[in-house]
Amino acid sequence: MKEQVILRIITKIILPFMIVFGFYVITHGELGPGGGFQGGIMLASGFILYGIVYSSEEMRKVIPRRLTDALACIGVLLYAGVGVYSILTGYNFLDYTPLTPSDHASAESWGMTLVEYGVGITVSSVMITIFNEITEGTVPSTDGTR
Amino acid sequence: MTEFLVLDGILLLLLVVTSLTVLRLTDLLSATILLALYSLLMALVWLNLDAVDVAFTEAAVGGGISTILLIGVIVVVGSEEKKRQGSHALPLLIVTLTTAALIYGTLDMPPFGDPNTPAQTHVRPEYVAQTVEKTATKPATNGAPPKENYFHGHVPNLVTSVIVNYRAYDTLFEVAVIFTAGMGLILLLRGRRPGGAGDHR
Repeated sequence: MKEQVILRIITKIILPFMIVFGFYVITHGELGPGGGFQGGIMLASGFILYGIVYSSEEMRKVIPRRLTDALACIGVLLYAGVGVYSILTGYNFLDYTPLTPSDHASAESWGMTLVEYGVGITVSSVMITIFNEITEGTVPSTDGTR
Repeated sequence: MTEFLVLDGILLLLLVVTSLTVLRLTDLLSATILLALYSLLMALVWLNLDAVDVAFTEAAVGGGISTILLIGVIVVVGSEEKKRQGSHALPLLIVTLTTAALIYGTLDMPPFGDPNTPAQTHVRPEYVAQTVEKTATKPATNGAPPKENYFHGHVPNLVTSVIVNYRAYDTLFEVAVIFTAGMGLILLLRGRRPGGAGDHR
């Protein structure tokens, strides 16, 4: 699809907004609608759009497979790590109180924020991985030819 | 209330039209785009029901990522549907029976918007009251003594506070499911295609 000038220009214009909005939704999960899952999907959609328009090889130069594999694990570990940290400090699993023991409100807030980050990181990298593996070895063209 | 029902009626009618059109199409790319439209209409229905988070998810997942992934598959398999051989009688019978059973099941459901159903009276008031008390600066009304104000306005989103606080285990293992899906795909597909022989760039 490299010869499609309109698609390439439009992609370059809207890509920053997609990625910033994805980050916004992840980081404001506890404040507004959305959260890690939706934001992660938007973030991944930005990268995948780039991959569709410019080829997945180009996308893997921006976000290599090693990075997405590592991030998929890091997200789950971050989520579970918050729970394990609670156990190590003498609380129940996924009790957010020990994050800031003196202030229960900000502990809840911190816990939710970290957990949402974990969800967002895992979801976005797994979505990019799915796209990578499905389209591996194919040249993007949606005109029906292979 | 009436205008919401009218709007819902129009949206659901459009949903039916969209799905019938998808069934008639043989071009898979057009069908995928129409499925994205279906998700968008569904998101509007959720929005109409004040379920903003669900609408957001429907738009992002149904309209966004699944369309993209389906297009990715179409790139691989080609966009023309194969002609189906044989009779459609058995699938039609199964679908009709399932639909009849589902419609029969809905007859037992409470009326739309009934506030006295178990779904509205079991744990929901507790969650809503806690979250509102946690986030609002003023104490709770209706005579009850104000409980401890947990969040002090840190977490105004009720849905998030339910899914990552009250149901943190559930969400943790949802993430684990997504992670497992990604890992399974890597183990099954990576490096097995002639075009991209296992390069780990």
